[in-house]
Amino acid sequence: MAISEKDVKHVGWLARLALNDAEIRKFTQQLGVILEHAGKIAGLDTENVPPTSHAIPLKNVLREDKLGVCLTPEAALLNAPEKENQAFVVPKIV
Amino acid sequence: MELYKLTIHEAHEKLVSKEISAREFTESVFSRIDKVEDKVRSYLTLTKEIAFGQAEKVDRKIASGEKIGPLAGIPAAIKDVMCVEGVRTTCGSKILENYVPVYTSTAAKNLLNEGIIMTGKTNMDEFAMGSSTENSRFFPTRNPWDLERVPGGSSGGSATAVAAGEAIFSLGSDTGGSIRQPAALCGIVGMKPTYGLVSRYGLVAFASSLDQIGPFTKDVRDCAITLNYLIGHDPLDSTSVKIDKPDYTKALSDDLKGVKIGVPRELMVEGIDPKVREAVENALEVFGKSGAIVAETSLPNLDYALSAYYIIAPAEASSNLARFDGVRYGYRVPGTEDLMDMYMLTRAEGFGDEVKRRIMLGTYALSAGYYEAYYGQAQKVRTLIIRDFNRAFEEFDVLVSPTSPTTAFKIGEKIDDPLQMYLSDICTIPVNLAGLPAISVPCGMVDELPVGLHIIGKTLGEEMLLKVAYSFEQNFGWNEKPAL
Amino acid sequence: MEYESVIGLEIHVELDTESKMFCNCSTRFGEEPNTQTCPVCLGLPGSLPVANEKAIEYVIKSGLAIGCDISLYSQFHRKNYFYPDMPKNYQISQYDLPLCINGHVDLDMDDYETRIGVTRIHLEEDTGKLIHVGGAGRIAGAEYSLVDFNRAGVPLMEIVSEPDIRTPEEAKVYAQKLRAILISLGVSDCSMEKGSMRVDANVSIRPKGSTEFGVKTELKNLNSFRSLQRALTYEIERQKKALEEGEVIVQETRHWDESKNRTSILRTKEYAHDYRYFPDPDLVPMQFDSSWIESLKAEIPELPDERKQRFIRRFGLPAHDANLLTATKAMGDFFEEAVSIYAGDPKAISNWILGDLSYYLNTENLEIDESAITPKHIVEMLKLIDNGTISGKIAKEIFPEMFETGKMPQAIVEERGMTQISGEDEIAKIIDTVLAENAAVVQEYREGKERAFGFLVGQAMRLTKGRANPQLVNKLLREKL
Ligand SMILES: [Zn+2]
Repeated sequence: MAISEKDVKHVGWLARLALNDAEIRKFTQQLGVILEHAGKIAGLDTENVPPTSHAIPLKNVLREDKLGVCLTPEAALLNAPEKENQAFVVPKIV
Repeated sequence: MELYKLTIHEAHEKLVSKEISAREFTESVFSRIDKVEDKVRSYLTLTKEIAFGQAEKVDRKIASGEKIGPLAGIPAAIKDVMCVEGVRTTCGSKILENYVPVYTSTAAKNLLNEGIIMTGKTNMDEFAMGSSTENSRFFPTRNPWDLERVPGGSSGGSATAVAAGEAIFSLGSDTGGSIRQPAALCGIVGMKPTYGLVSRYGLVAFASSLDQIGPFTKDVRDCAITLNYLIGHDPLDSTSVKIDKPDYTKALSDDLKGVKIGVPRELMVEGIDPKVREAVENALEVFGKSGAIVAETSLPNLDYALSAYYIIAPAEASSNLARFDGVRYGYRVPGTEDLMDMYMLTRAEGFGDEVKRRIMLGTYALSAGYYEAYYGQAQKVRTLIIRDFNRAFEEFDVLVSPTSPTTAFKIGEKIDDPLQMYLSDICTIPVNLAGLPAISVPCGMVDELPVGLHIIGKTLGEEMLLKVAYSFEQNFGWNEKPAL
Repeated sequence: MEYESVIGLEIHVELDTESKMFCNCSTRFGEEPNTQTCPVCLGLPGSLPVANEKAIEYVIKSGLAIGCDISLYSQFHRKNYFYPDMPKNYQISQYDLPLCINGHVDLDMDDYETRIGVTRIHLEEDTGKLIHVGGAGRIAGAEYSLVDFNRAGVPLMEIVSEPDIRTPEEAKVYAQKLRAILISLGVSDCSMEKGSMRVDANVSIRPKGSTEFGVKTELKNLNSFRSLQRALTYEIERQKKALEEGEVIVQETRHWDESKNRTSILRTKEYAHDYRYFPDPDLVPMQFDSSWIESLKAEIPELPDERKQRFIRRFGLPAHDANLLTATKAMGDFFEEAVSIYAGDPKAISNWILGDLSYYLNTENLEIDESAITPKHIVEMLKLIDNGTISGKIAKEIFPEMFETGKMPQAIVEERGMTQISGEDEIAKIIDTVLAENAAVVQEYREGKERAFGFLVGQAMRLTKGRANPQLVNKLLREKL
């Protein structure tokens, strides 16, 4: 299940990372080596093993439905690369 | 006297007895920074003005006869992955080069409330991804013991700041060894507490289920003191555990009578530099003197830990780092045609290669058709590793190993071979997968470079862990400092 | 060939909590842009979510109300995709462990009944709002867009139906019924206009009798029940025509354009996302005990179906009336309030609500609680009819003014001098005039032509502009003839 240049291109698109041809070649090679090592776990028999997503098993951590203090719009937009009318500006979407 | 050389507990006594002022103490640390910072480059941002303001406040308190806590007036550095309101927080990344948080992380806040003096924000591998601090997008940090070598990573700047006397203690974050490995390579104490003990609120996430904040200190007592104020339940972090806060300094004792110490054989063989192994084996003899029982044990699935880690951590990271998109904060590539271009180019320029590698790796492992084989399987392996630890802890109170398989390596040595770099964390990674606490304490030198002893505790077993570490430190008696 | 359509609805409902799903920001609607944000709902680096207990309760109550199984173990997952209204570029949602599964909604379609299955109800967070600048405010053609994160992180419940719906009418009734249920529960105001209830429809067609599914399209921008029904009707016709002309249906998302009355392509499956769902490591699993769920069950108020049965039982209404009156909570409340202040026949109230009032509401596209007419109006009007002050015909005449101005019927009647003439002397005088003016017709009547009687009554009513009490006119006319 080696990763191909096409896979790397697709993954780059999913992750919104522009890659040039040289980068695609380099990352395909490097990710291939890492995935080969990571692929070691494929052979392990885990048939009846439950997955762990949290090492410390907490449950039902919920909060009361209560209001708190919001940021001022100035603080919310403090780091905005571009803003207008108290809103964040993004380039045209389509 | 060179005040910057003091430990927290030494300095506290001097502050309380008014032998020194917080101002003098801070001046000493900043003049040390002036002297050595050009060589080691621990800091991304110095907060001298804030520091002197804080020192003044502490001095006023002391002068007015108010009681001060053990951390008041102590100059400390914070890894640049924790948000501090109004202070640039970059995560070592170009994408956050000019980012100024509007809130402060719980961990930093806890310490700031105790009156620490913030010296600055320290250098790190970009988004805490790396084991050498070479992945900082700004500059590499150098090991104070040998400036040609790496300090370890990802919290390299926090480690060197303490090792080089540029801070009395510091905060780091540890996802796969990022506190313990640099502590080992720099000859200081570094601890990763149990997952959930220290709030992650305000810690810029790398891999949420593995990240944990912890201290770098000059000795184990300082570590216990810092931990006392670092921990506590935080309602802002759903994964934060609720426990009665112990006083960890009370656990410090050099009597280990009856304490059982296991040595997992898997961590003493393959891939460990023989000289490092020898140093650790010599260190183990010290335990015998203090009444502990040392015996070999096994963690059979350890072989798979690194593989599982390099699926789980990148998978979580790929999602955590999606928010850096040039919309609400951070770098945005100027003059793009449309949104897609803006996303693609901003992230391509904003992130360095190692971050890109891990984002792609994680995206791949989670994507349709690969999830079960990679992410699903890795989560099951995680279960097996937890079971291995549980089994070992039925018999032993703590487990020990080398912290790092080698001493500090040369800058550039592993940078083009990601897998070799990943292997630096082979001893520390399993601990994060299981959420356990662990500490690295210096255990001698190999070829004039420090070696770290890695002690692993049970879940929430910080007291036993600190006790063993303290006892070792007292009986081993290592006290070398880098000649800078 | 005869086709049948297969429709499934995905309904998103913003929950009526005080604070957002994972932070303490307010959920208030219509505030200035970016005034209701915090590090969590802006997705600032380092911030972490903590789940709102109330929102979870609301979803479970909704599930209980439509007969769902409540999952005793549930978890939040991350749904990963990039979009500028989504602060983290992943949405905290649920995947294989939703809070509720396997529910159903029973529909009374008047001439038949049908049951629509509900696959699942899950809880997630809403996105922010995009304002497109240039290009007439549409995303296509805009020069750039503005993002407001006030709505980002508002708790959002998604109710996914089975593809059990067969007609656009059923789709509308299903959505309306769910809305009535959720409003009764008090979990949402379900306003299509404000966007606190949003409906997406999946629709395909297949030869009647076939059990296989055709290729489906997804319809978006259905901003009212009317557009839901119209868009489905259009889309089903479009698909039929396409198949009949030998074309293939393409799996795609289509945009409903209400003003042009058509759907147009938004995106095809080629751009389908790979959401890379995985358990959110920042949130821990939820495990509920059944006693807690039982306690929530006990808090569930009367639901539309129960109310309908009560209306039939208690007020003697026909099932048809009861069904329509309980279709929205507001209409049922209106009816009950009217009944409580009226001693007469509840059916009379029902007739006016379902007749004239509904007609004018529909014309003006208003909800019953948005109109100027209150239960007091209807009851006062009925009392005027009952005590003979006005006739039913006059009532119909004054209705539009009442609807438009909210004036009470008594006042309108007085202003316009429309009270009924019920004085015997006065009517006798009028009849005398009629008899005098229509001697020929009187003659016809006397010769046995019964129809002539009606003509004479009509003349009396004409002379009084309809204000004469018809019973009295009849009575006195007979006497005089
Ligand atoms: Zn918020």
